[in-house]
Amino acid sequence: MNGHNIMTTAIENNIRLLEARKAQVQTKGSEPFNIACEKQSVAGSVSQRACVFCGSRVVLYPICDALHVIHGPIGCASYTWDIRGSVSSGPQLHRMSFSTDLQEKDVIYGGEKKLEKALLELIAHYNPKAAFVYATCIVGLIGDDMDAVCRRVSARTGIDVIPVQSEGFAGSKKDGYSAACHALDQLVGTGDTSDIKPLSINILGDFNIGGETWVIKDYYEKMGLQVVSTITGDGRVDDIRKAHGASLNVVQCSGSMKGLARMMKEKYGTPFMHVSYFGIEDMSRALYEVADHFGDKDLLKRAQDMVRDEVMRIMPELRKIRQDLEGKKAAIYTGGAFKAFSLVRSLRTLGVQTTIAGSQTGNPTDYKQLAELCDDGTIILDDTNPLELAKFIQETDTDLLIGGVKERPIAYKLGVAFCDHNHERKDCLAGFEGMLNFAREVHGSLCSPVWKFSPFRQKHKEAVGSSQTTEKPKATYIPTNVIKPGETSGGGGESKFATLTIGATEVAK
Amino acid sequence: MIVPEPAKSDHFTATRNACKMCTPLGACLAFSGVEGCVPFLHGSQGCATYIRRYLISHFREPMDIASSNFGEHAAIFGGQTNLEMGLANVIRSYEPAVIGIATTCLSETIGDDMPMFLHQFTSKYADPTPLPHLVHASTPSYSGSHFDGYMEAVFALAKTLAKKGQTQANLVNMIPGVVSPADIRHLKDILSDFGLDYVMLPDYSERMDGVSWDSYQRIPEGGTTVTQLNSMGAAAGSIEFATTHHKSQTAGEYLASEFGVENHRMDLPIGIGATDKFFDALEKLSGKTTPRRHQMDRGRLVDSYVDGHKYCFGKRAILYGEEDFVIALASFLSEIGIVPVMIASGGKSGKLLANIERVLPDPSVATVMDGVDFEEITDAAMDMHADLIIGNSKGFKLSQKLDVPLVRVGLPIHDRMGASRIVHLGYQGTQYLYDLIVNTLLDVKQRTSEVGYTYI
Repeated sequence: MNGHNIMTTAIENNIRLLEARKAQVQTKGSEPFNIACEKQSVAGSVSQRACVFCGSRVVLYPICDALHVIHGPIGCASYTWDIRGSVSSGPQLHRMSFSTDLQEKDVIYGGEKKLEKALLELIAHYNPKAAFVYATCIVGLIGDDMDAVCRRVSARTGIDVIPVQSEGFAGSKKDGYSAACHALDQLVGTGDTSDIKPLSINILGDFNIGGETWVIKDYYEKMGLQVVSTITGDGRVDDIRKAHGASLNVVQCSGSMKGLARMMKEKYGTPFMHVSYFGIEDMSRALYEVADHFGDKDLLKRAQDMVRDEVMRIMPELRKIRQDLEGKKAAIYTGGAFKAFSLVRSLRTLGVQTTIAGSQTGNPTDYKQLAELCDDGTIILDDTNPLELAKFIQETDTDLLIGGVKERPIAYKLGVAFCDHNHERKDCLAGFEGMLNFAREVHGSLCSPVWKFSPFRQKHKEAVGSSQTTEKPKATYIPTNVIKPGETSGGGGESKFATLTIGATEVAK
Repeated sequence: MIVPEPAKSDHFTATRNACKMCTPLGACLAFSGVEGCVPFLHGSQGCATYIRRYLISHFREPMDIASSNFGEHAAIFGGQTNLEMGLANVIRSYEPAVIGIATTCLSETIGDDMPMFLHQFTSKYADPTPLPHLVHASTPSYSGSHFDGYMEAVFALAKTLAKKGQTQANLVNMIPGVVSPADIRHLKDILSDFGLDYVMLPDYSERMDGVSWDSYQRIPEGGTTVTQLNSMGAAAGSIEFATTHHKSQTAGEYLASEFGVENHRMDLPIGIGATDKFFDALEKLSGKTTPRRHQMDRGRLVDSYVDGHKYCFGKRAILYGEEDFVIALASFLSEIGIVPVMIASGGKSGKLLANIERVLPDPSVATVMDGVDFEEITDAAMDMHADLIIGNSKGFKLSQKLDVPLVRVGLPIHDRMGASRIVHLGYQGTQYLYDLIVNTLLDVKQRTSEVGYTYI
């Protein structure tokens, strides 16, 4: 894809960029890369971002044996009730929504007593291992001393009652991540580490959506590593307490968990590394880099064997899917930029080009890396909004949008396929099997026959005449749940899969 | 050391799995029913984003809600600068006809003087280009539920935009409350069939249940126009489905007191009795008898009541949702022999019990609970021996726990398609609900019997 192609297939629209937003939008290759980011959202811009509270809530949410109490009026609790697809192998307490549901009189006279009473009752009833208390916008304004309440309740109940300073207006979602990490930091270091082996890790920043943490944990365990804690997917308070005993923090979703990794490095000297579990390349690289870190040949050997087996298992179907997707164009809009890197690569694996890539919370380094990874002509966006997404999707004749539910109607109204890759999704997209799920989801949406009725697609087809870019070929492949190991038939597009350079090794077809 | 105090209790100060949403959500929905209107939340960014996400999962339509995006500075020094910048940017990007501004708990708590802010904004920027209409609804989320926020925004629209005018004998203000897009479409059809002109306040029947597009619409089409809203003061009458509204005035009451527009306030027309009252009002306002097609709808509904009565009689139902909605559902169920053994709402107007006593022939059959959450509903439901649960999709866990089927109606329905297309109101809506309910009961009967009931 190049700039010229974008222009010739563009559909006219009347959406203009706000002056205050222009520095946060760049086209790769058209100018020296210098995107503005890490700014407060422009008022009135309809940012897709949430707030500080959201950042804390999503990160701590999957800790399933803790009580999560939201101190504020009801909305913040209503809209986060059972919202993530983070599954638990045991307690289900995290799927409840607890709120102090502050009323007018509480706002006038203060909500401390109500919070204290609420906590004592809930802790007595649900017997949680710890409690997190989230501050919402008005808590600071009405002068509630949440710390004091938490200390008192902790003293009375004997469990850690941890305040999370997540007032919605006090920064951005990233500040919410940081507040969550500070809350976790209070637990880490309080458990017995005597049973922890040297070959041990913590999995940070995976949230067990659709069982993702289990998939990843299984890989590491097969390699021969002890997984001390998973923070926070399928998380347990007692595991988090002893996380400092692990030899390495393996951090995904760097935005949310980097803070905790840094605190642990400072306090306990635990080294950390960044990984991603999305896509064959990044998943394999994660396993190899962890093996490399320990410098253990057996670990590496087992990782190589596993990667080879897993890739062989999923490749036949990926190859078939790729035939149908080759040449398609995708837009990516994620929360953190790190996920966007993996998605650009995963899409390449499927023969899909990225036309638009953006995130809510990327930093300058992230965007630089993202731009390097993308082809010339790719539009890079920071903290975008529905109008901008609609504008660029139309102008780039994009076929697929990867984002969250908030972005979904933009795609669907424009006859564009959609894949939910948001932190609220319910399906496992991580690991090798996750890559297959991702490919199936993308394929299922892109190759659906429904798009032929889309007025936007019809109009676009007329506008560009016989251009191949708008023709959606019929799906030649209809997936089943049966994967035949070693199956290699598939036809076109195979050459790129002949060898995959993955991390420390090369996997032959 | 763990102090075992207080002991396990049935009472919880905390709300556990709320059976309500916050006031600004209701306001945003109501504002979406005005043509060219962008809902705008004066508060922090998260409120807008969460509410968008929540409503998109229900309606499956674009739902742009702007925010003044408070930071710490605004929270300390007031939100005027953010408000002005936000409004200016919305005007630039969306070119709206109206901006519907709802204040969140944050801006309400710090005491932002909205009338003054909006007045200053208007005087600063009105020349040379006219500004969009700015409508403000005060919706602190610590006061009431989404239902109250909705009613407040409807009231604010009437108060800000209705004007005095020569009374138009054929014009009716239709104020339907929290209903589905399909309900609004059905009400419009009914009013048209009576030959009445109407102002629908609000009308999100197209915007929240729209068509596939050929180009992106910054503000989706559809909705009641400002001109129409202006004419509300000149209507011959208002019909308002509002039973439990308890704050200040309703929009209909305001139009009555300010412009002398007679207000016909009644329950949501679900069931034959309530719908008859609605049609009586339409006959009175139009001077016409009910058109034949609606008489036929009513006749078919009665006929189906008879056809299915044996499957309903004595069945026990749990209802939850907005107070107005459960009152109307309870009334309908009592017509078909289903006992609403439990009627619950997260709302707390203080009027639920009295209204249930009014609509049920024997109110003693029902446990009525207001201001409750889903855990309280679940605890109370354990001994109810219910055959059926009727309410929004948030009762799914209740349904799982009791192993009792859930009939999904109302708002929100996050786990099924077609929430926007459910008609609840009128003879047709009642017919749909009736068939859905009876078929749900038949499904259980069939699945749990050896006979199979394949031929009934």
